[in-house]
Amino acid sequence: MKKIIAVASIGGHWIQLLRIAQPMAEHYEMVYVSTHPKCATMVEGQKFFQTADFSRSDAWKLIPSFFKAIKTIRQEKPDAIITTGAAPGLVYLLAGKLLGRKTIWIDSIANVNHLSLSGRIAAIFVSRVYTQWQHLSTEKINYAGDIFE
Amino acid sequence: MIFVTIGTQIPFDRLIETLDRIAPELDEEIYAQALRGKYKPKHFKLIDFIEPDEFEKVFIQARLIVAHAGMGTILSALRNSKPLIIFPRIASLGEHRNDHQRSTALKIKEKKYAYVATDEQELRELLHKDLQPLKKIGEFASERLIKSLEDFIDFNV
Repeated sequence: MKKIIAVASIGGHWIQLLRIAQPMAEHYEMVYVSTHPKCATMVEGQKFFQTADFSRSDAWKLIPSFFKAIKTIRQEKPDAIITTGAAPGLVYLLAGKLLGRKTIWIDSIANVNHLSLSGRIAAIFVSRVYTQWQHLSTEKINYAGDIFE
Repeated sequence: MIFVTIGTQIPFDRLIETLDRIAPELDEEIYAQALRGKYKPKHFKLIDFIEPDEFEKVFIQARLIVAHAGMGTILSALRNSKPLIIFPRIASLGEHRNDHQRSTALKIKEKKYAYVATDEQELRELLHKDLQPLKKIGEFASERLIKSLEDFIDFNV
């Protein structure tokens, strides 16, 4: 069975991730990463790691997070890493890219007018990017429905 | 009970203050989760963080949800068949970093997922109505999205 690390910050990103990752658990071993320990209660019985939360204002935190991500990916050896954002998910994709894993960014459905900044950065190096709005899809940015239904 | 939730990142005094003015007109308890700003509501209880499992419980107990245009709340409301009023944050008033909440709210209204109020009068009118949930969604994302992800992970297509 292939293994996937699924990463998202607490809140809307996490809820969106669960709607994608939970049905995938039928076909893959899932490992979850989020920014609040309580998120673990929503994926009971499955592996869960915590990562630091940060945004542009405390971006220095991405450095220890990055090394922690490297360690987790080396230890878990996933086939792919998926994230719905935000910045902590981007750090995992970067670490995954450097370790030769498949990396997938799914931009939050909240981004209606344009891809998030993290999504635009992800688009430079990840294996695949999804938007959840058809009007934002391009040759490089995939659209395949959304997390609603 | 009316459950008000505006996320954990930035206060949203304009919504709390507006609700505090409307609260005495309503014959229903209001319970709010909001990162504390300068304004202290007089007519309802406000706490700044609810842990995810407790959040779920309050959400299920509530009759109606009032929230900013955060996707987590919109999804929870749809999944639990709760009527939801969205009051979007406005970036020019310092309520968010950018105006994506207004765009989200417009799209959500267009797709008829939730009610949207942009000022006190609109919010008051909606709060005085017996609102019903507009839509119910399933537990998971669209099958098409899951299939696309799995095909890419397994076969690179």
